[in-house]
Amino acid sequence: MKYVDEFRDGQLARRIASGIVREVSAGHRYRLMEFCGGHTHAISRYGLADLLPDNVRLIHGPGCPVCVLPIGRVNQAISLAKEHKVILCTYADTMRIPASGGLTLMRARAGGADVRMIYSTQDALQIARDNPLRQVVFFAIGFETTTPPTAVAIRQADAEGLKNFSILCNHVLTPAAMHAILTTGVGLDGFIGPAHVSTVIGSQPYEIFAGEYAKPVVIAGFEPLDVLQAILMLIRQINAGQATVENEFTRAVTREGNLKAQALVEVVFEVRDDFEWRGLGSLPDSALKLKAHYAQYDAELKFPVAYVAVPDHKACECAAILRGEKMPQQCKIFGTVCTPENPIGSCMVSSEGACAAHYSYGRFREVRP
Amino acid sequence: MTICYTVDFKNGRVELSHGAGGRSMAQLITELFAAAFDNPYLAQGNDGALLPPASGRLVMSTDSHVVSPLFFAGGDIGCLSVHGTINDVAMMGAVPLYLSAAFILEEGFLLSELKRIVLSMAQAAVDAGVPIVTGDTKVVEQGKGDGVFITTTCVGVVADGINLSGDQARHGDKILLSGSIGDHGMAVLSMRENLSFDAPIVSDTAALHTLVAAMLASGVNLRVLRDPTRGGLATTVNEIAQQSAVGMLLDEAAIVVHESVAAACEFLGLDPLYIANEGKLIAICAPGDAAHLLAVMRAHPQAREAAVIGEVREDAHHFVQMTTKLGGRRMVDWLAGEQLPRIC
Repeated sequence: MKYVDEFRDGQLARRIASGIVREVSAGHRYRLMEFCGGHTHAISRYGLADLLPDNVRLIHGPGCPVCVLPIGRVNQAISLAKEHKVILCTYADTMRIPASGGLTLMRARAGGADVRMIYSTQDALQIARDNPLRQVVFFAIGFETTTPPTAVAIRQADAEGLKNFSILCNHVLTPAAMHAILTTGVGLDGFIGPAHVSTVIGSQPYEIFAGEYAKPVVIAGFEPLDVLQAILMLIRQINAGQATVENEFTRAVTREGNLKAQALVEVVFEVRDDFEWRGLGSLPDSALKLKAHYAQYDAELKFPVAYVAVPDHKACECAAILRGEKMPQQCKIFGTVCTPENPIGSCMVSSEGACAAHYSYGRFREVRP
Repeated sequence: MTICYTVDFKNGRVELSHGAGGRSMAQLITELFAAAFDNPYLAQGNDGALLPPASGRLVMSTDSHVVSPLFFAGGDIGCLSVHGTINDVAMMGAVPLYLSAAFILEEGFLLSELKRIVLSMAQAAVDAGVPIVTGDTKVVEQGKGDGVFITTTCVGVVADGINLSGDQARHGDKILLSGSIGDHGMAVLSMRENLSFDAPIVSDTAALHTLVAAMLASGVNLRVLRDPTRGGLATTVNEIAQQSAVGMLLDEAAIVVHESVAAACEFLGLDPLYIANEGKLIAICAPGDAAHLLAVMRAHPQAREAAVIGEVREDAHHFVQMTTKLGGRRMVDWLAGEQLPRIC
């Protein structure tokens, strides 16, 4: 497969891995956070930890849209589907996030709510066109990667006068979460920067982390060789005492990013004053909402579904895991009460979640003889 | 005076009367099912088929088929319902002998499509040499079915000395796979609304009993046979590991995934290890027999791409692990939740 196989080449992987082994200084510990769930998934799925020296530690970051969504937000979506009888359109992973009262969107659907899994915002628009007598709400979640397609849908709905379409907006901003991570006091030596998010926002927004916080950032693609190469580049920077933004993912990311997409988002959305993240708490200027001009497409204004914060399950360590303070296996209920079949916390839901990735691909490591 | 109640297979639709036990049901049975499945046992025309005595232990398996869409590249619900159940019997090391077929039809379903499905079933049964000897038809009201659901049951006999079972895998045994994975599931998925790929993916649906017969005739010490259908290869190897109370180590590089399937999986974020197959089998044999068994499998047209994909290990946790193409190690876990809806 062109443009995929090249980045999964086993021989090349071993060559980069031996480069990493040569580069690390024995007495130093390298604590690198991969911000994105896409990286977490690639690291686990390809067993990359086996190729790294013991003193290179990868810390999973909060870049998994499903994981950072607090319970209260899922409750809103369930309420729209159950009480307000809308057709709720959602990306697949959100169907299984545990909400209040033992509910998930999946269970709400089994109980009669009209919840539909879609692949694209265009599917949600089509459902709205096909059901003019029903209200259709798209559960819009995700970082900067999924925001432009939502903006496109809003503009199309507006152009078509599609009055039965709206969104429950949960689009969040990556740099705000990186700021939050750096102020929580987790010891980090550098970031593996987002892949798809950076195709939209470019590499420029990370310069502040290299400048003000003196943390090197290497933007990397989601293929295993991208990740290994980024680790090598980070270690070189750390050894040289440097902190700059480097771009390993040059085949897709520029410094400016996708200006068209940015302009589109700018037209439709504005920054919220604050937004609650699971694990990181309420963060100022960390999420988007629709501009006043598009208020009629805002499900939070259209339906009485005010956001009510709900605390996480007491035993669940998702919050500490999302901040990089704990590893999944350090949570008491990991793999016992909380499993992919019966997730208690959101990190066990998506395959990009740190807990689900470790459970599905890596938990044999803890029981090695 | 004779009245001709010929069923309209061109423009007609399934009506509630087709399942009501009256004359129109009799017409549908005579003109469609009996004509297509024609064999002496069915022709007895009684409530049950009277079958000759069989020598050997009996094996029986049943399977319901609810695939959507009903027609896909490489097959349809008709031939799938024959292959699937024959394969379940064949995985016991048995020779499949007879099939039954029960249809749940939805009112309003096109009779032309039903005929197409029934003819496909009939052809699959003839090709496999396993007659459909008895059957049943029910009709549900519109909106209470999805066109057609088919349940088939297969009976076969297994010779003395053949004792295949999922609990027979032993430390050191080799794991063989008869060919590429993911073809059926991705063929069905790519037929679904809104998803089309340039390279057509064709279902691998096939009856595997002749392949099994060749493997058994080779005299190798076979322990386990199983077809990796729903849940794919990953789920099936986990079932065996659990049943045999062993672990496994697979080699990713040895598992064949055709490029179009790999590309489609990549596009949709699916793992081919979890995608259904309908014409593949996993065989576990004593380590010394693996090379011979592999040669026998590759000599059969249904297993040209067969490969040794791993080995059985001792593991108190019954984990299935895999050496990745990159040289790392990962688990191959049970499927959590559902990857795809209604594929078989």
